[in-house]
Amino acid sequence: MATAAPQDRSELAEFLFGRLSLDSLAFLHDPILLGTFIGSAIGGMAVLGWVTKQQLWGYLWREWFCSIDHKKIGVMYIILALVMLLRGFADAIMMRTHQAVAFGDSMGYLPPHHYDQIFTAHGMIMIFFVAMPMIAGLMNIIVPLQIGARDVAFPFLNNLSLWLSTAGAALVMVSLFVGEFATTGWLAYPPLSGAEHSPGVGVDYYIWALQIAGVGTLLTGINFLVTIVKMRAPGMRLMKMPVFTWTALCTNVLIVAAFPVLTAALALLAMDRYLGTHFFTADGGGNAMMYINIIWIWGHPEVYILILPIFGVFSEVVPAFSRKPLFGYTSMVYATCVITILSYLVWLHHFFTMGSGASVNAFFGLATMIISIPTGAKLFNWLFTMYRGRIRMTLPMMWTLAFMVTFTVGGMTGVMLAIPPVDFLLHNSLFLIAHFHNVIIGGVVFGFFAGFNFWFPKVTGFRLEEFWGKVSFWLWLVGYWVAFTPLYILGLMGVSRRMSHFDDPSLQIWFEIAMVGAFLIAGGIAAFFMQIYVSFRKREELRDHTGDPWNARTLEWSTSSPPPPYNFAFTPVVHEQDAWWDMKKRGYERPTQGFIPIHMPKNTAAGMVLSAIATICGFGLIWHIWWMVIASFVLLVIGSIVHTFNTDRDYHIPAEEVARIEAERTQQLAAAGAQA
Amino acid sequence: MKARLKGIALTLFWAPLLAGCDLVLLNPAGDVARQQSDLLVAATWLMLLIVVPVIGMTLFFAWRYRESNTEATYTPDWDHSTTLELYIWAAPLLIIIALGAMTWINTHTLDPFRPLSRISADEPLAANVQPLRIQAIALEWKWLFIYPDQGIAVVNEVAAPVDVPIRFQITSPRLMNSLFIPSLAGMVYGMPGMETQIQAVINEPGDYDGVSGNYSGEGYSDMRFRFKGMRSEDFQQWLSDARTTGQTLNLVSYAQLAEPSIKAPVQRYASVAPDLYHRILNLCVAPDKMCVDEMMTHDAGGHAPAKH
Repeated sequence: MATAAPQDRSELAEFLFGRLSLDSLAFLHDPILLGTFIGSAIGGMAVLGWVTKQQLWGYLWREWFCSIDHKKIGVMYIILALVMLLRGFADAIMMRTHQAVAFGDSMGYLPPHHYDQIFTAHGMIMIFFVAMPMIAGLMNIIVPLQIGARDVAFPFLNNLSLWLSTAGAALVMVSLFVGEFATTGWLAYPPLSGAEHSPGVGVDYYIWALQIAGVGTLLTGINFLVTIVKMRAPGMRLMKMPVFTWTALCTNVLIVAAFPVLTAALALLAMDRYLGTHFFTADGGGNAMMYINIIWIWGHPEVYILILPIFGVFSEVVPAFSRKPLFGYTSMVYATCVITILSYLVWLHHFFTMGSGASVNAFFGLATMIISIPTGAKLFNWLFTMYRGRIRMTLPMMWTLAFMVTFTVGGMTGVMLAIPPVDFLLHNSLFLIAHFHNVIIGGVVFGFFAGFNFWFPKVTGFRLEEFWGKVSFWLWLVGYWVAFTPLYILGLMGVSRRMSHFDDPSLQIWFEIAMVGAFLIAGGIAAFFMQIYVSFRKREELRDHTGDPWNARTLEWSTSSPPPPYNFAFTPVVHEQDAWWDMKKRGYERPTQGFIPIHMPKNTAAGMVLSAIATICGFGLIWHIWWMVIASFVLLVIGSIVHTFNTDRDYHIPAEEVARIEAERTQQLAAAGAQA
Repeated sequence: MKARLKGIALTLFWAPLLAGCDLVLLNPAGDVARQQSDLLVAATWLMLLIVVPVIGMTLFFAWRYRESNTEATYTPDWDHSTTLELYIWAAPLLIIIALGAMTWINTHTLDPFRPLSRISADEPLAANVQPLRIQAIALEWKWLFIYPDQGIAVVNEVAAPVDVPIRFQITSPRLMNSLFIPSLAGMVYGMPGMETQIQAVINEPGDYDGVSGNYSGEGYSDMRFRFKGMRSEDFQQWLSDARTTGQTLNLVSYAQLAEPSIKAPVQRYASVAPDLYHRILNLCVAPDKMCVDEMMTHDAGGHAPAKH
């Protein structure tokens, strides 16, 4: 099964291509992969052809790929997330259909080696290349606008982060057709992921895709930490920051502290595989338990990296659509900080079954439960924001309500798993799978859609239409419950995760129901894309000239939609928590003259180029093509150094240009006022 | 009324399905799993005390304070109440204090390493009863069970007399697995070079599922075995069946058995080399390899390991 190079190759071929050979082109031998390859080739060619025909390459390169504008980078992150969502979901639907038929004599349509790659890729893609870019995208678009800044602290690094993440995603996609992916499960536990048990390139794809994307994530963390700490508008003290920015701050603290741990864990694993060290192999005195501890010291904060900004989204959506300030701002902030700290003290609950003593297990169980106190407080705060409000049942609000109901159940099953003796029964079962999908779909995904519908008009200048949005909402909500309730039940029947075949026919009905749920979710995804398409077609009808279509409360709504490149002609001055609401209440007058030139960072291709070289370096490492590794690594170092000498990094938007853009906005506002 | 009808409809929908399936974790046949299961149910009820009101309030508030309902009170600037926030933090805190106490106590009493103190809820363990020792070894991809005190070994099948305490000693020479018999007790990992334990007791005779609860590669899905709870005389019969096979499990036959295989049939051994388990545990089945315990002793003493 492993794609080791054939033995009879010449030394030259070995030198040039490492382990890579024609046999590595897995899709040539597998009809499912071949179909996928042909499909994606045709689709890819169609997109490239269309872009060429429309003569968009120059525009895309200059205005998007090389852009250091945080808003455009945010949009590209979200596009990356949505593309990878399609890949990750294709894996999901293959698993659900396979498990629904692989009973008794039928082995299903996926051999174990293929099935094992699919669940590994599904988990890894959904976390690293769907959920993370969703979060990075929302933070990029919103945080600078919410704090009244013109961009992030390090605009070039921001572009580099995006392309490093994309490089990681690209390597995972390449593994679909060239070679294979890991068959180890999404955290690649040794000894299974060691060289002895996984000699092929799958784990190497896993390691280097994550190492490259991980650098990008770490840089994002540093970037936003500095941005939020240093670049807030005058008057915006920490306790006047919008809650979304607060949660972004905490998330970036977590990223900066946690991602180096992931890098270290994967580096040690890579040394075991490449250099023959024995960090995690029992043979040479190493111990796999060490890897499992280290990876979860990153892994548990990671789930809070994903969910905290989503809590922030809800904290913006609920007040905006209840027409009330957020209830208990201070306790919301403290709850977020408490969760940030506690998220480092609970990692062992992922392996109560590893044989720790009772007191150790009990400590980590209790620490885990304690997290549910601030989380519960947050839920009550949203509830009492709705209480005595005037609630507009728009799409962001519907997603929020679906979250509050769904996530509460997920939280409860999470606390059940935090009780060690109960976890001994439920560990690694489908109950666990149902639990974390309950909090990730019910939390992160629902929250992303709430934020997407909420901020879409800010980014594009037109609202999303509601019909297809509601179709998508109901399909997702019902689909989630139909797909994962059976998994809770199967878990209580003692069924483990990651099984590719079952004997007991009484289980089958539950897998069939779950499959129906997966297809409902597929419909939800399709309706979501339909919603974007229909909204784009009807964009003039849905156009928002005010920049504040929801009558919302925070600073991002004070500027035009889409915001000008410089975000704010004059840096706003903040007096109250809901700065824009306060400005509206006090009869804020937009300045229409006296503009001065605005200092802005300049676009650069360096991020794309460096990331492309990093991708090549990763590919060389995966296939043991050492000349390629050395050459690209040297280039990477030289390129980074050369870029530091590039002093042509900024420019001024002339005052006349600012005046012209602002005059246009004045006209728009007047037109909108006349319409109203 | 409408909500109640909906509830009845839901129950009617799920009930026949649930009746047809065996929620083994909620109705296990072994006392340890029974206690773990009771804890699961108790914790669920406790948390429902807060979960149900939260869900109810969410739906009620969303409906009551909808924009079109101009009769509802609207307080556009109300965003703080110390009393209310005290309740908001106190309510989950109280639940967690109760749950935390349950967790602390039960984590200790149900520690898988802790010798049992009872056979079932109404039968304490008599003094001087020694547990039945079973050494469970996870191979690729099958289970080997050695009965050191009875001198036999069985592949992919394990049996124990009812109401007798069992001590599983678990290891796995190459890959990480976990020993899981849902009807009997929760799972614990088996890992290379280490031994973990499960203490358990089966209270009803029967034929139960056993699996590996931790994914271990290609043959994992079929890494299943039967666990048989037997009356004492049946168990003696089962032991003598194994003894009549005449097969011996020594270093040579073990090396053959340890070769990766999928869906290995049940196989019985009448005798087992006495140091086999020690060698499996210490990763020194191959004759030229130094045992881990020996190496650690050397290392602890500050000596270089002896050359082979």
